[in-house]
Amino acid sequence: MIKNRFIKQLFSSFLDMTPILAVVLIFQVLIIRQPIPDATQMVFGTLLVVLGLTLFIQGLEQSLFPIGESMAHAFARKGSLFWLLSFAFCLGFSATIAEPTLVVVTKEAAIIASKGNIIEDTVAAKERYALGLHLTIALAVGSAILIGMIRIIRGWPVYYLMIGGFCCVMALTPFAPANILGIAFDSGGFTTSTITVPLVTALGVGLATAIKGRNPVTDGFGLAAFASLMAVIFVLIYGIIW
Amino acid sequence: MDWLNHFLLTLLATCQNMLPIVVVILIFQFLVIRKPLVNFKKILAGFIYLIVGVAFLLEGLDMAMFPLGKLMAAQMTAPEFIGTVDSKTVTWQSYIWVYAFAASIGFAATLAEPALLALALKAQNISGGTINAWSLRIAVAIGLAFGTALGTFRIVTGLELHYVLFTGYAIIIVQTLFIPKLILALAYDSGPVTPSTVTVPLITALGLGLATTVPGRNPLLDGFGLIAFASLFPVIAVLGYVQLAQWLGKDRR
Repeated sequence: MIKNRFIKQLFSSFLDMTPILAVVLIFQVLIIRQPIPDATQMVFGTLLVVLGLTLFIQGLEQSLFPIGESMAHAFARKGSLFWLLSFAFCLGFSATIAEPTLVVVTKEAAIIASKGNIIEDTVAAKERYALGLHLTIALAVGSAILIGMIRIIRGWPVYYLMIGGFCCVMALTPFAPANILGIAFDSGGFTTSTITVPLVTALGVGLATAIKGRNPVTDGFGLAAFASLMAVIFVLIYGIIW
Repeated sequence: MDWLNHFLLTLLATCQNMLPIVVVILIFQFLVIRKPLVNFKKILAGFIYLIVGVAFLLEGLDMAMFPLGKLMAAQMTAPEFIGTVDSKTVTWQSYIWVYAFAASIGFAATLAEPALLALALKAQNISGGTINAWSLRIAVAIGLAFGTALGTFRIVTGLELHYVLFTGYAIIIVQTLFIPKLILALAYDSGPVTPSTVTVPLITALGLGLATTVPGRNPLLDGFGLIAFASLFPVIAVLGYVQLAQWLGKDRR
């Protein structure tokens, strides 16, 4: 039974990746027409990605998601405001720390920064830079979820926050150093990925369901978008201060 | 042996990254909710899958997706491929295949994204069928393809990132005024949710690779920004689609 489910999941991870692999292969074979150096390494790496994705999703569905979602519902339904807000912040923060996309991308950003002589070209300096970026983004997501919870409780429309966020980004950009801009804008998209989105959505939808007069769809969603906007704002501020 | 060492280091780093969320869940579970966890064994096994899976994933992304993105960027910008010897005669049109590749990756990535499918079905439900889940996914795919293609064009030409982004913000703000408020939150989420664990590294590597190989570009200043476009333009496309669907729906009545 478990083996069966595992194979099913393996197949579906592979299926999810097929369109991307197909595009890569078509371009490589028909248009670029050049051999891939280290092809065996790439194939092995792709297999690792498929296997890793399978275990990752299986693990999420068996551990983090059921607990996280049931806790989100429990806090949304009764817990005091203080506990709800601290849970929201901690969940946003720690889920972002766990997010594999951010681990890969902040590492790459550190390599680019060291090549551009922003930081020293040592392992320690690069690790510090990557960690600083990762923590900044995690703080941003935590704060965004916290503000998002207050929004649901107060019943503010979602676009107030979004338009406010857009204005913040536009106001901060002129003050931020040029070398952080690209990473800052991109960090919005890095943030909201496989672990964070379902947990955060569960919290939002749970709270919106629990409060009378709130609609789970209009009020429960929008957290991911706001979190990604906050990530941009926080990394811009990080660039200005640092 | 070397590889094993590297893998164990990744595994250790993954454990460190997972630690905060485990601690948060345990603390809140035992101190605030004060109920024992049901199915403890299954959950424990789940965490082990999770950690091993993420470690595999990180190794694989490092080994395949990042090099692949950079390699393809390098091959598609090589003088032999674009057919010019003199780097002065290179114009933005020389890189036409780069834009085509970026657009195709963006489109393909969207269709493969399970998180978006869930979102699209919800949107279909609340709109009472005015919004069609498939059309919504196509709208996101077109937006994303346009975003990544425009992003590579921006890297090639060196256009300032924030000018394009702010124009996008302005368009979203205007669209917001005309959109039924019920659908707004879902539409905003459709952008950031779409690029996922596999596509983000591939697209990022493509951008960084391009900025490294296109003459006159600097990876630090120009290399990022593809993901920003990839999460902005789908929102514009979805808001546009909702407006269109609403308008057509009114017409039919």
